Amino acid sequence: MPDTILAPPPPPPAPEATLLDSNELVINMGPQHPSTHGVLRVILKLDGETVLGAECVIGYLHRGVEKIAENRTYQQFAPYVDRMDYVAAVSNGLGYCMAVEKLLDVEIPERAQAVRVILAEINRIASHLLWLGTHALDIGAITPVFLCFREREEALKIFEKYCGARLTTHAFRIGGLQYETHDTFEKDCLAFCDLMDEKLKEYHALLTGNRIWVNRTKGIGILNAADCKDYGVTGPVLRAAGEKWDIRKAQPYSGYEKYDFDIPTAENGDTFDRYMVRMEEVTQSCRIVRQAVEGLPAGPIKGKIGKVIKPPPGEAYVSIEAPKGELGYYVVSDGSLNPYRLRVRPPSFVNLGALDKMCRGSLVADVVAIIGTIDIVLGEVDR
Amino acid sequence: MANPINTFLLTDLLKGLWTTFKNQKPSLVVTEQYPRERPPVMERYRGAPRLNTHPETAETLCISCNLCALACPEQLIVVTSERNPETRRKDLTNFTYDTSRCMFCGLCEDACPVDALELTQDFEMATFTREGQIWDRQMLEEGPLPTEYRH
Ligand code: SF4
Ligand code: SF4
Repeated sequence: MPDTILAPPPPPPAPEATLLDSNELVINMGPQHPSTHGVLRVILKLDGETVLGAECVIGYLHRGVEKIAENRTYQQFAPYVDRMDYVAAVSNGLGYCMAVEKLLDVEIPERAQAVRVILAEINRIASHLLWLGTHALDIGAITPVFLCFREREEALKIFEKYCGARLTTHAFRIGGLQYETHDTFEKDCLAFCDLMDEKLKEYHALLTGNRIWVNRTKGIGILNAADCKDYGVTGPVLRAAGEKWDIRKAQPYSGYEKYDFDIPTAENGDTFDRYMVRMEEVTQSCRIVRQAVEGLPAGPIKGKIGKVIKPPPGEAYVSIEAPKGELGYYVVSDGSLNPYRLRVRPPSFVNLGALDKMCRGSLVADVVAIIGTIDIVLGEVDR
Repeated sequence: MANPINTFLLTDLLKGLWTTFKNQKPSLVVTEQYPRERPPVMERYRGAPRLNTHPETAETLCISCNLCALACPEQLIVVTSERNPETRRKDLTNFTYDTSRCMFCGLCEDACPVDALELTQDFEMATFTREGQIWDRQMLEEGPLPTEYRH
């Protein structure tokens, strides 16, 4: 037998030289990680299992939408905004159309406003359903994603029937609507609301009381109201921290002041509260859709605007409550056919800024839950 | 978990499992077996383009006004025409439409004053070449050849 095997093993290396005992470790999460919801790369600084800091690297999906706007006419740019937040394309279209309409100072007929509200609220439900399915999938529950996609399909069918596309809808035009509602529009919308009320019970049965879900979400990724304001975080994340702020109530647009609905809030600002707030928002959206469908006025669907859209020189900022938070459009006109400058305030991008704050001190496995709970769409983050 | 008996009896987990199993009933399965089963496409669907012709004379309805090409954000429509010396009207010579760059927004369809250009319910536009994505007048009028599946 050779000596080497019998020889005593070499002494263990000094503690500070091994990986396990070193204090800090920097790892990459993404951009191909399935639970970063697209192409987000997060650089995590870890101490064992504890996160010391997180840094987001974005831009993998950058298409230069704001620059494209400068080379398109006002009407021609409208389909591009659908490609930013592609799960809530209707809200994007609504914000853009309203910004240009503010520049033009044109009155939108009541019927057009009501149809816009109906579609935007159905889109909010569809967006929350996609969020719920993927967020639960990230945490380890597989059933919700199938059930949510089944219901989301019904919402997409309403869009397809109304405007001819499922995701990138291009449903609204500047000045009103392009399409008159189809014969079964009211019936379809009401049926969808009834379906959602019933199916929400299923989601609650699957998740709300489930001990795994509760343990994985309660107390995770806490962001209090003061921090939310510091970071400019809006939407359900802010409301889950206890702040009653919703642009639909604070600065009503498109006739939201006519509808009776509540703003759901919670206290703790953790992942579970954000889940409850979004679930409640689905119920409230159903309420708005019902009221809007029942009071759908007759009348024209397009305001008094010409074929050529040429706003006077000036600037306008319009913000709306998109499913993910405050979505703002800032348009500068120099009196020509194209916008001089267009800037988007995307809720996903701003909310993602708080990721570092929310991750600090949590475990690596919870980072997945925290990314999911902010509800980002990378198309909107990178634009 | 407020109630220790419920915690011990796994009620919360069983409730979720029961919801999952309730949805296993064959009548509740919603998956469509495409392409064996064709989903219904809505009437307003914006799919493959078509250049309409007069149903009796088979003459094109297009009056070569170029409005669709001007409306398109991607500038992918090219209309070529020549002036007819007798009628003093423009006659369409060719019409190309690059479906690979099209985002099916429907602006060209809205711009057409005579409803010659239309986006149809057809959604199967795959080809083997990039050139195949560029449709000319003949293809736009006759439509793509129907797709056949063997499975
Ligand atoms: S659908 Fe839109 S992108 Fe496609 S050709 Fe028409 S205008 Fe252009
Ligand atoms: S807008 Fe209609 S009529 Fe004019 S060129 Fe295009 S297809 Fe022909």
